[in-house]
Parts: sequence; structure tokens; C-alpha cells
Amino acid sequence: MTSRRGVLRLIGAGAGAFVLPGLPGAVFAAAPGERRFIVVLLRGALDGLAAVPPLGDPRYREVRGALALKPPGEAGGCLALDGTFALHPALAPIHPYWAKRELLFVHAAGNGYRTRSHFDAQDLMESGLAAKERISDGWLNRALALMHAGERRVGLAVGGAVPLILRGAVPVASWEPAGGLRDASPEFLSALTALYAKDALLGPALADGLKAQNFSQTVLGGNAAPDARGFGPKSFAPLAEAAARLVAARDGPRIAVLEMGGWDTHVNEGAETGRLAQNLEGLATGLDALAKAMGPAWDETVLVAVTEFGRTVAVNGNNGTDHGTASVLLVMGGRVKGGRVAGDWPGLAQLEDNRDLRVATDSRRVMKGILRDHLGLDPARLDRTVFPDSSALRPFDGLLQA
Amino acid sequence: MPANAAHDALIAATRFGIAARGDDLTKIGRDPRGWVLGQLAHRPTTLSGNLPNSAKMVAAEFEMRRDKRQGDDAAKREFNQRMRAVYLDEIEARTRAAIESETPLLERLTRFWSNHFTVSILRPAIRGFAGAFEREAIRPYVTGRFRDMLLAVARHPAMLLYLDNAISIGPDSVIGQRRDKGLNENLGRELLELHTLGVDGGYTQADVVALARILTGWSVARLEEPNSGMFRFRPMVHEPGAKTLLGRVYDEAGEGEGVAALAAMAAHPATARHIATKLARHFIADAPTREAVERIARMFRETEGDLRQVTAAVVKEEAAWRTPLAKLRAPEDMVLAAERVTGFALPAEPLANGLKLLDQMPFFAPSPAGWPDAAVNWVSPEAVLHRAQWCESFAQRVPDPPEPMALAEVAFGPTLAAETVEAIRRAPSRRAGLALLLASPEFQRR
Repeated sequence: MTSRRGVLRLIGAGAGAFVLPGLPGAVFAAAPGERRFIVVLLRGALDGLAAVPPLGDPRYREVRGALALKPPGEAGGCLALDGTFALHPALAPIHPYWAKRELLFVHAAGNGYRTRSHFDAQDLMESGLAAKERISDGWLNRALALMHAGERRVGLAVGGAVPLILRGAVPVASWEPAGGLRDASPEFLSALTALYAKDALLGPALADGLKAQNFSQTVLGGNAAPDARGFGPKSFAPLAEAAARLVAARDGPRIAVLEMGGWDTHVNEGAETGRLAQNLEGLATGLDALAKAMGPAWDETVLVAVTEFGRTVAVNGNNGTDHGTASVLLVMGGRVKGGRVAGDWPGLAQLEDNRDLRVATDSRRVMKGILRDHLGLDPARLDRTVFPDSSALRPFDGLLQA
Repeated sequence: MPANAAHDALIAATRFGIAARGDDLTKIGRDPRGWVLGQLAHRPTTLSGNLPNSAKMVAAEFEMRRDKRQGDDAAKREFNQRMRAVYLDEIEARTRAAIESETPLLERLTRFWSNHFTVSILRPAIRGFAGAFEREAIRPYVTGRFRDMLLAVARHPAMLLYLDNAISIGPDSVIGQRRDKGLNENLGRELLELHTLGVDGGYTQADVVALARILTGWSVARLEEPNSGMFRFRPMVHEPGAKTLLGRVYDEAGEGEGVAALAAMAAHPATARHIATKLARHFIADAPTREAVERIARMFRETEGDLRQVTAAVVKEEAAWRTPLAKLRAPEDMVLAAERVTGFALPAEPLANGLKLLDQMPFFAPSPAGWPDAAVNWVSPEAVLHRAQWCESFAQRVPDPPEPMALAEVAFGPTLAAETVEAIRRAPSRRAGLALLLASPEFQRR
């Protein structure tokens, strides 16, 4: 099924009734409810201490060193949030949502496991399991299964393949932009440049190719802007806007998942500017575009952006950070009781393994709170099937407007 | 598995196959050479799917042109859509055959010979049956005799139309005397230059003309004729009289002249050398040694072009087993390898789009000479960026991406460089790790 804007595919048995919203005569098997839930997976481990820096923590400046951000009011400084926390300046496009009380953060969020492997941590983040075992489906798909029959087939993966979080027994759809192959991401090209360093054939050719496309700046941590069609930071906004149009449609899907990479900032992470700043700007621009494209449906929406783990508190030898533990969760939407940082702050005085921000809030508690309060799912089922064996993790109360 | 067995298994699976999948390397490791040579006892699989034969598609092309002449503009539009659908079906079927094949050497050979005898749909008139050409004139012959393949190719409507022989007219033929049109040397020249003796094979311009004259009348049946769309010999355009080709006189014998001439060309020592050189360059190294080429050529001469034994001679060349990963994978090889190791076949449209970006759309070679076969032709800065782009995009599409290091183990055993292993391990996601594996220096080679 194609449209001018992109390609919608159906995944899973019995998906035939799911059709592209907006086409004449195209409707879901039954009209789903009005509530929307969007998950943005930030792959590669977002540095939560950079996105929402705890400027008011007494140890902040000391432990962050070269990566410490300037306070609000200074040139290039952070944007004000509350007495302890501020917002990275590159996240400016979403700052207004804080004032409108449509944006909140759960800081020092993480999961019940301790692994610093991207692959394992992403599997667990998406499967909703507490330990690596036979992983075959994702928690969001299991949540879809709990929504009553008339609300099924409302899951949408935006950007291409269906990520693990949305895979499972319930049929879902995927959407990707039309127009063939996307440009490679700066992150990938950077890794490839290193991998080809000793290759007399491929190395020089890749270097010349990057130079010809003015890519070298970006890849090496400069400020050149990559193409919006690619996998780079600017590719997120068009995807987010497309997702919003589909999800806002009267007969459109109600649950959507987007993905954004580029967070694995081992090298040249930067403070106010640099690779992380570029990625944050791409994210915030996309979230703002999404919110605006939702129109009135934004009032019925909750969006969560989640990453697999955080990064080291201290800067490493390459002006970057390595794999850490807790990070920050972003929660946004018209239904959110925003304008605050929720959850406990463990502080920077005592660190996990003497290097990482400790986990104060299990992310699954946040997800359970949203699934219960926003989508009306039965808490007992959340404990048993969506996040198995998680009854000890109480749904996070009070994230949403009553 | 001992190190040298792992090394030989990798060469068997990649240099002579498409890529290792599942437990291929373990299986192959028991007898790598035997695994390769054993495939030569088989014939390539017939492609599955409802693919139309060339006669039907040639007739359809003729029909469309007739309707267009009669002012039916819609006919062409509909036809173009149908041709596109057939094209996509063809490349999907041949790709599937390659990535699922139990005899991957035969799939490689099919592509090698299909490229050797290029028909390119840059000539739009043959777009509907380039795939059928490969299925009918190449695939069944890759372990047969070279002269049989040569004859099947030269008589195939796709080649006769692609290189204009279908409209070549002997100047002194019945029709030639009536009309101003004449001989077309295109097929005659390429048969000598590209398909048999090779450009340095010792033929002259007079030989080109002689072969073109010999082949006059080799044509394709029109709509109103019986067996339309199939080979048809037209005595009325055949150049009469004796012709001298490569020092041998061919007395007037109509269609039989061409059959005899092609058999003689297939048996020419220059043909043996030309074919041996191309096979060695394809399977062993961009610049194979003179000795290796000579041994393969000798096998070609001694067996009268028995391609099973000629291919076996290539496989038995020690040089082929000495240096791993000596050849850069051509773009289509890379695509097939990526699909085979992941077990994920792209749908036809993105498959075609990817191959187009990589500059190797099947049946779209830039000239009758086919695709080049040396690394230098495939490593422009833009091309290497496109490879990277394709690898990342492909990795994004694999529905359930496997653990990249597990896949690396399947494809390479213990032979990956430490840097590659480290890069994959450090990748920020499973898909990113998969993209790095596919783009790695090792995966880009065979």
C-alpha cells in the first residue's frame, strides 16, 4: 500500500483490515478510542546528565568537568526548569511545553538489570523482562493484546522494520518514508571510517567520498548539518511529523513507536555544542513538529522517550562519555501533568560502581503508570503479562492529569 | 575446526559461493574443495514463480509496437507497467534462488555467464525478456559445453534483437537487392570481440564482416508468422555464397553456416584463453597469473569447452585457496551475501532500488561488454558511500536482527580481524552492529 508520502505495511496474521488512514473508504475494523500513546526509543544510551543537567546538585560542576553546562542566563547557557534541574540549550524547541505543563522528566530512571551492553539493554528495555531470557515479543505488543478487540491493530512502527518493543502476537503496521534508501548516519560513517583505517582500497575511497559530500566535519564532530533524508539527527523530525499525522487521523493507529540513534557519544560528545547537541536539537525539533502536527489530538496524547541506559558521570579521554547506568525519561503530551521533574534524585555524591548515576526510578513503573492511567489497562495484567513478575514495581502515580 | 580448515571453508563459501549461512562453515570445513566441486555434478535449479517465456514476451513487445503504430497510446503505458512487473518478478526470483541455493557455485556461474553474454535493457526493446534470456540460454548450460551455450545465446531472440542481427540484411540476398538496407555487423563483432576470441584474439575487420554475413537471416518470428517471438531463419535475407572466417571457407549452407562458424569459434585457442582469463579474474584475483590462466585454458582446449571440467580447473587452482578475501565483492554479490547470511530477502522494489543505487541493476549493464570485474571499477568514493548507505539501510530493514557477533561467526568463523570484532561489539544497537558487519572490509570481499 503506498501513498505519496510513504509506504505502509501490515505485519502479522489477520492484518487485512488495517488500512492507510485518509484513503477513501479506508477504516479500521472498529474505531479505536481517542487516547494516543507514542514511544520514542533513543538507541545508543542518551546522556541524561547532559539533556537535563542537575545544575543545582552541589557536585555537578566538579564531576562533569569539561562537559558541565552553563547555567541559565549566561550566553549559550541552559534553559531554566526548577531549582535543581535545567534543560540543555539544544532542547529549546521543547522548552515551551514545560511552561505549558505538558512536559515532565523522570530523572535517574533506569531498569532492574545492570548491563552496559547496548544489545542486551535494548532487548530488556523493549521486552519488558527483568533478565535476558527467551525474548520473542515486546511489552507494547503485549499491552496491545490487553486493549479490547475493537482497539486492536492500532500499533504502528515508524521508520521501517518493526522494533522488538512492538513485535508479538498482535498484528501491527509499519510506515516508512517513500523515496528509496536513506543516507547513512554520521554515527555509522564515523565507525566505518575507523574500521576502514587500515584498508588501502576502501579507506581512501570512503574518506574521499565523505569529503566530497562535506561530511567530514559532521563525522569528526564538527557542526555541519547532515541531510534530513538520512539516518542523522535531522531525519527524526520528518518521521515524527509523519507519525503524528497517522496517529492523529480519525481512523489512524493509536500506539506508535519511533526510533532515533546517534546517542552513543564516546567521542566528542561536547557540551553546549557538538555531536550530542546536534542530536538533542534533532530530537527536540522532531518532538515539537510532532506535537504541532497532532492538532487537537495532542490533548489525548502521552509520549515517552526512553533510552537503554545512561552514561558515565565523568568525561572520558575523548571528550565523551562511556556506558553508564541511569538516564532521564522524557514524558510529554496534552494529558501530562507537566512542568516538573518527577521521581527521587539520588544525587551525584554516591555513584553506582563509583562512576554512574544510580537508578532512582525503574522505567517500568513509569510505563505501568501510563498504561494504567492513560489507556485504562488492568494493573494486575500489567504485573503479570506486560511486565512479567513485576508486581513489586508499583505503577508511578500522578504522572497524568486526573 | 583447525585454522586452515576454517580458512578453506571461508574461501569455499565466499569465493566460490555467495556467503556462509547456518552451519555451512562446519559442513564445508570437512572437505572444502569437495563441497565446491561436488556442486558441478548438479544442474542449476529452475527458477520458481510464474515467469513468462521469452517467445511470449517478444510477441507482446511486437504487439505493443503494432498497437502504438495504430495510435493506441494507452497500450504503451500499460505495457510499460507490465514490463516493470515482469522485471521485478525476474530479479526477485533469481535473487531468491541465489540466497536459498544449495549449489551456490552454479548461481555464481549463472551470473558470470549472463554477464559474459550481456543483454542490457538499456535497449528498451528487450526489457521484457532479459530475465527469460538468462533462464533459457544461460542457466541450463553453465555446466555444459561452451559451444552449446554460445549457440543458444546467438539464436536467442533477446541477443538477436539486442545486437541488431534480427534486422541485418545480406546486401546480395533476395531482399537486400530490393532494398537499400544492409548488413549490421553488431552481433558479428561482439561475438568475436566479447563472447569468443576476445579483442586480442587475432581476428580482423574482414572476419567481423564475414561472420555478420554468415549470420544474416538469423532473426525472430514476427507477430503474423508462426512461432512468433521465437528464433526464425529468413532465407530471403541470407547473404548467398561462400564466406571466409578466420581462414576457413564456409560454403553456402544457409542457417548451417552460422552453426558451423560458432562451433569453430568456440574451439579456437584464443577463445580458450579469453574465457580462462575471465574465469580466473572472476574467481581468483583481479590480476591472475599467466600460469593459472594457461592451465585453465588448456583444460578448455582439451575438453572442447566442457564447462564442468573448466570450472573444476578454476577451483583446483592453488592460488584460489591461498589468499583469502582477495576480490572485492561486486555490488550484486554484496547484496546477495547480505540476504543469504541474514536470511532476509528484500521485497522486489527495494531490492531494485538498492541495486540501482549501487550501480548494478540486473540486466542493466552499461554495454554489451557487461559489468567490469575488478575492484578498481567498483571503489569510487561515491560507490563506497553508497555501499555504506545500502548496508545501514538493509540492517534497518531486517525484521528480527540477529546478534551481530553470532552472525559474524556464521559467516566468517574465527577469521574476522580483531578490529572488526571490536567495532561490532561496540556498536550502539544490534542493527548498527549488523550494518558494520555487512560494511566491514571482510564482508565487502570474497
